[in-house]
Amino acid sequence: MLELSGVNVFYGGIHALRDVSLVVRPGEVVTLIGANGAGKTTTLRAISGLVRPTSGRITFLGEDITGQPAHTLVPRGISMSPEGRGVFANLSVLENLEMGAYLVRDRAQIREDLERGFALFPRLRERMKQKAGTLSGGEQQMLAIARALMSRPKLLLLDEPSLGLAPIVCQTIFATIDEIKAGGTTVLLVEQNAHTALAHSDRAYVLETGAVILEGPAAEIADHPRVRAAYLGE
Amino acid sequence: METLLQQIINGLSLGAIYALIALGYTMVYGVLRLINFAHGDVYMLGAFSGYYLAHALGLDGNPSVLGAIVVTIGAMAFCAIVGMLIERFAYKPVRHHPRLTALITAIGVSLLLEYGGQVVFGATPRFFPQMIESRTYALGGVQITNQNLLIILVAVVVMFGLEFIVHRTRIGKAMRATSYNLQVAKLMGINTDRVIAFTFALGSALAAAGGVLVALAIPRIDPLMGLMTGLKAFVAAVLGGIGSIPGAMVGGVLIGLMETGLSATAYSTYRDAVAFGVLILILVVRPAGIFGSTAVEKV
Ligand SMILES: Nc1ncnc2c1ncn2[C@@H]1O[C@H](COP(=O)(O)OP(=O)(O)OP(=O)(O)O)[C@@H](O)[C@H]1O
Ligand SMILES: [Mg+2]
Repeated sequence: MLELSGVNVFYGGIHALRDVSLVVRPGEVVTLIGANGAGKTTTLRAISGLVRPTSGRITFLGEDITGQPAHTLVPRGISMSPEGRGVFANLSVLENLEMGAYLVRDRAQIREDLERGFALFPRLRERMKQKAGTLSGGEQQMLAIARALMSRPKLLLLDEPSLGLAPIVCQTIFATIDEIKAGGTTVLLVEQNAHTALAHSDRAYVLETGAVILEGPAAEIADHPRVRAAYLGE
Repeated sequence: METLLQQIINGLSLGAIYALIALGYTMVYGVLRLINFAHGDVYMLGAFSGYYLAHALGLDGNPSVLGAIVVTIGAMAFCAIVGMLIERFAYKPVRHHPRLTALITAIGVSLLLEYGGQVVFGATPRFFPQMIESRTYALGGVQITNQNLLIILVAVVVMFGLEFIVHRTRIGKAMRATSYNLQVAKLMGINTDRVIAFTFALGSALAAAGGVLVALAIPRIDPLMGLMTGLKAFVAAVLGGIGSIPGAMVGGVLIGLMETGLSATAYSTYRDAVAFGVLILILVVRPAGIFGSTAVEKV
């Protein structure tokens, strides 16, 4: 479904991604783990079109999307919940969700998707009229995910959805990821919380200073000595 | 009491002009975090394009309300295009450079328009055709000219129109998203380049309307007329809270009222200093301005 081959990204003089190659197959949940500054966010930004790779190729559903501007990728089926959530703080929860459906012209579809979002996160229904900036961190994360789903993506990119959340909220988020997968949406997940993330994923990639150093089925990665030492604190 | 009322009416019509221009500063700042220093000069171009259009249509010496409307709309359309061209050729190439680069570019564009204007239009003031015959109504002891009334009326209509665009239309929704967070707006599928171009067009059209309205009341126009008025409108935008649309409206009216208020006192020679005094005061007391938010991001 998604394939990166030999992708390089520079920020000025900083070489943030070095020949990154990875594959995401339809229906999978794939996790990207790595230390701070490893290039996880940059990988997602390259896929969603927010940064342009200097070399390499990104294909989605068989089409070359390398360097395509972000707004053209949404209608193709890529949606992202960005690092730090990026909710529109001055807009209400409902308005945020409607923004997620910016390209959807069919009111009935928007209503249906709103219901689906509220079913996924009942908390959002209670907070519907509230300004997004007044939500708790966990609620904002729920909103960011629900908003990203409003465009009915085929591929959902999630950047550290559990960052800074209490364990119980974290569980909700991961349970939702399972539900999203069950609904047929493919997920590419970036996580610091490696243990939990791997438990909810099919496959994983480990990034270090901009390069992929390990890849494989999630269970194997979780068992790999290097991963256990570096990310699972063992 | 009557002088007070008189000052309020004068202040309102002056303030309405500042507000029209301040809206352009604030909207562009909203989407790009850029102070478009050339904006005051777009107001000047509004007056000049209206001048040439009025001459081309043979309206000089033939007062006509319809003519005034056509000229205003023509100047707005012309400046909308100029605004988009400025964005496309001056600001877009430096959009990913440090903010200082864009700021210096803005000052450069402003100088280009001011001195380019002197070359093209000549440095001596021109006289804008009086398309609306001046009438003065006396209400009690208060004098109000039809031009002042027109300025206030047009400003109010334009502001309601803007309010409608920003809150009720798709492009307005995209503008709001873009000004909250440009990157995230892209992730919603919004073509932010188009939103930015539209914002420049809209802001420039409002400034052009201001330019023509002022010229109808005070016919002397010259290529540097945007300098002082632009600066004052900028202060109005900062006073209201830069980035805030209602802020620009309120800020403009307040600056207008303060300026005419001071003109009526013994300190009238300081009228131009009002705006700058206000600027220093806000920056010291409340840099976010009246409607500015000091929202804290949740981590
Ligand atoms: N806008 C930018 N300008 C310059 N350098 C950047 C920019 N964004 C990221 N970088 C650099 O690129 C590298 C990769 O950053 P990235 O944000 O992709 O890391 P990450 O794996 O997501 O880290 P974290 O876990 O802290 O979110 C880092 O060295 C970072 O400093
Ligand atoms: Mg990151």
